[in-house]
Amino acid sequence: MPLAYNFAYLDEQSKKMIRRAILKALAIPGFQVPFGGREMPLPYGWGTGGIQLTASVIGPDDRLKVIDQGSDDTVNAISIKAFFKKTAGIAITEETRAATIIQTRHRIPETPLQKGQIMVFQVPIPEPLQFIEPKKSQTVKMHGFEEYGSMHVKLYEDIAKFGRIATAFDYPVQVHQRYIMSPSPIPKYDNPKLHQSPAIHLFGAGREKRIYAVPPFTDVVSLDFEDYPFELEQWDGACAVCGSQNSFLDEIITDDKGTRVFICSDTEYCRNNAGKSNP
Amino acid sequence: MYVAVKGGERAVKNSQILVAGKRRGDINVPKITPDQIKNQLGLGVDRVMAEGSLYDEHAAAMAIRQAQGDMTEAIFLVRAFRTTLKRFGNSIPVETTRMAAFRRVSGIFKDIPGGQILGPTYDYTHRLIESCPEDDTQDTRERPLETENGMSDPAPASHDAPPFPGELPRVIDILQTRGLMQKDPAIPPNDDGEDLTRQPLTFPASRSLRLQALARGDEGFLLGSAYSLQRGFGLDRHPFLGELKIGYAAVWYTPPELGFKINIGRIKLTECFMVNRQDDAPKKAAGFETGYGLVFGQNERKAMAMSLLDRSLRTNENTGKADYPARDPEFVLSHCDNVESSGFVQHLKLPHYVDFQSELVFIRSRRKDHVPDEGDR
Amino acid sequence: MSRVQENDSLPLLEVRHLSKFFGKQLGCHDISFAVSPGEVIGVVGESGSGKSTLLNCIAGRIQSSNGAVLFNSSVGMLDLCRCDEALVRRIIRTQTGYVTQNASKGLKMHISAGGNIGEKLMANGMRNYRQIREQALAWLAKVEIDPGRIDDLPSTFSGGMQQRLQIAANLVNAPKIMLMDEPTSGLDVSVQARLIDVLRKLVSGLNLSMILVTHDLAVARLLCHRLYVMKQGKIVESGLSDQILDDPRQPYTQLLVSSVLKP
Repeated sequence: MPLAYNFAYLDEQSKKMIRRAILKALAIPGFQVPFGGREMPLPYGWGTGGIQLTASVIGPDDRLKVIDQGSDDTVNAISIKAFFKKTAGIAITEETRAATIIQTRHRIPETPLQKGQIMVFQVPIPEPLQFIEPKKSQTVKMHGFEEYGSMHVKLYEDIAKFGRIATAFDYPVQVHQRYIMSPSPIPKYDNPKLHQSPAIHLFGAGREKRIYAVPPFTDVVSLDFEDYPFELEQWDGACAVCGSQNSFLDEIITDDKGTRVFICSDTEYCRNNAGKSNP
Repeated sequence: MYVAVKGGERAVKNSQILVAGKRRGDINVPKITPDQIKNQLGLGVDRVMAEGSLYDEHAAAMAIRQAQGDMTEAIFLVRAFRTTLKRFGNSIPVETTRMAAFRRVSGIFKDIPGGQILGPTYDYTHRLIESCPEDDTQDTRERPLETENGMSDPAPASHDAPPFPGELPRVIDILQTRGLMQKDPAIPPNDDGEDLTRQPLTFPASRSLRLQALARGDEGFLLGSAYSLQRGFGLDRHPFLGELKIGYAAVWYTPPELGFKINIGRIKLTECFMVNRQDDAPKKAAGFETGYGLVFGQNERKAMAMSLLDRSLRTNENTGKADYPARDPEFVLSHCDNVESSGFVQHLKLPHYVDFQSELVFIRSRRKDHVPDEGDR
Repeated sequence: MSRVQENDSLPLLEVRHLSKFFGKQLGCHDISFAVSPGEVIGVVGESGSGKSTLLNCIAGRIQSSNGAVLFNSSVGMLDLCRCDEALVRRIIRTQTGYVTQNASKGLKMHISAGGNIGEKLMANGMRNYRQIREQALAWLAKVEIDPGRIDDLPSTFSGGMQQRLQIAANLVNAPKIMLMDEPTSGLDVSVQARLIDVLRKLVSGLNLSMILVTHDLAVARLLCHRLYVMKQGKIVESGLSDQILDDPRQPYTQLLVSSVLKP
């Protein structure tokens, strides 16, 4: 049976429903809006939330960039780009500056985002309180009544045990002085990029059927204590390819004796940076 | 200088080519057809329709072939197809008392109005792997013997065939008319369109949403959860099978432009009522309660598990307290969908380089506290 | 919103005609009493008499069927049964404490003792680790737990220590009133004695009000100023503790008192 699919796969009714959820999410920054998530032809946990967001906001003139772990070329990014090429015939770019929509898993590009750009995050577990309280019926109330004491208890326990806050990625943030939000499993290195960002940040969790957002120029503060402030990851060296000292570095094992080098996780940034220093 | 390995695009393409080759297998062995799958792997087709929540035998058979017989994968294919389909309305609720039943058993009364029908079941076969001639184009199948009320041919001749002679009253109606079981409050007609496939599951979930989730939930998960109830993790008494019925039910639909109902086909269903003794309450008259299961196709195992769970999940509807997993609506309903669980468990195959790098940075900084010289060699 | 004029001469908490039905079953019926600042009220009766239901209604853990619970909160007199849920939850979180019989239900067993004590401080906005830590240490000392155990999990504590930890975790943000549901039952007699001793010191030192639900009349006598005797969901007798225990009027109270072994 030959089947015809709509532009960007989803039917227009579904897109409209998702756009309504997006508008609500933008109106209440950091609040998780339940939405009637659709089954997508990619498995849950592989970016179905992000794909639904992208499919709902994308138009024929958009230029889409898809990254996974900061790279344009990892298998999941390739697969998602192929999906939109096939269903929407959309222009694909690797240039952060040229993209109108950037769908990402686990990173925010190093190149600063601009007004008018939309970041779409793939979110596995949208509920920042999930590991403190697994029941949604409870977490909804905790958010509603702003009962966030247990969130800091976790940080307290980290400091008591390890002498520092132990969360390395998916580091919880408070948005617009109200809702506590999961920034998705980006490294905490990327958290400050959300704060007062000129871009729109949309977060989609397909399996959990939640959408939330950070509108442009919104306060996004990582949770911490006055005397144990939020800290970023630091590396001793620089990128072995472009020499950058201001980017998140991946560790590459180069032989079976454990020799390692560090290179930028953001491949597009690294390429541009290397081009600048070695013309 | 180190250059990161590229080539994700080619790897993905090659992987797709390889899996297509594997799927076809030895080219000298004839390709199986969806018709063969529908006919000879019918229970598999039923399962894929039920958990794919789409009554389409052909799509299910194609999905089973495309998934190399991996049922969870086939269910996923059907779901992803289903989600793109236009919906043109809600049918009138099927009348399962008017089902053309080809199998009907009750564990609580020997004689039930309409009679018990053993029908086709593996229950009383001996599980011996049988060798049979590969070429069986000649029909040597035995004919069933005449019985008082058995239907020998499960499938009615045509779509609009009259239902099985008269109505088959529900066995639990007997308990209800004798006042031994409270009548369930009628579920109001679903005019507001509460639909699990169009709206997220929220808690507390209504019974309608709960039954929807269970009806398309994973057979294995439901079975294991129901089993845990039976083993004392949530039930302190033996449940009884009130009625299990399999047959064909007519589907009626009223197109708005016509204004009267028309028959649009029939679907095979398995329906189950479990009977439990009601929890003792000093001021309540003793009685029974029921749990309900309804599944596409023939799947007794799942319909029975579903009706046990429907009952156990109702226990805590008001208090929200759950002492056992199989009595906890959030636990069961949030984890019974195999498209969700399969995707999320397997997403761990995706690269997590960045998150792991963050973990490494943290672990190294911790190790430096203890063994400053040999944090990481 | 039902907000009555604030007045220091008003009781701290007043229960008015409170009833709770579970379906047709009676939990408690037409209960009225008042608690003044610094006063310790005992609610006694055999199990099933409705005293825990009453306490849970006051604590907002069960929705009452009828009646009012007026609380002289920091924002004025509020009816906890009628106010906006967000406000009630905030008031209950910041100005009341609740100690359960089973410490493992009142504590977070996978969180250290310090974390358990610190939770209310953090919930109320304290963001300084050292200050939280200092308060936790001070409270451990006040409830006679070795401060060296601050980072241990409550599951490694004895039953009596867990109960004292639960009390510390509730007192840390200086509530106006503590609600206690059978805090001493399930503990050995010597452990009970120590807990009661700690409680008495705290109550007199902090001028704390308390509603104590117990079936143990000896505990009631040691801690409570006034007693309410409950039977089948209703109050059958009330008065000063010594008066009730030494000279009970009602046959039911007489039976209760006589069933306790005299020291």
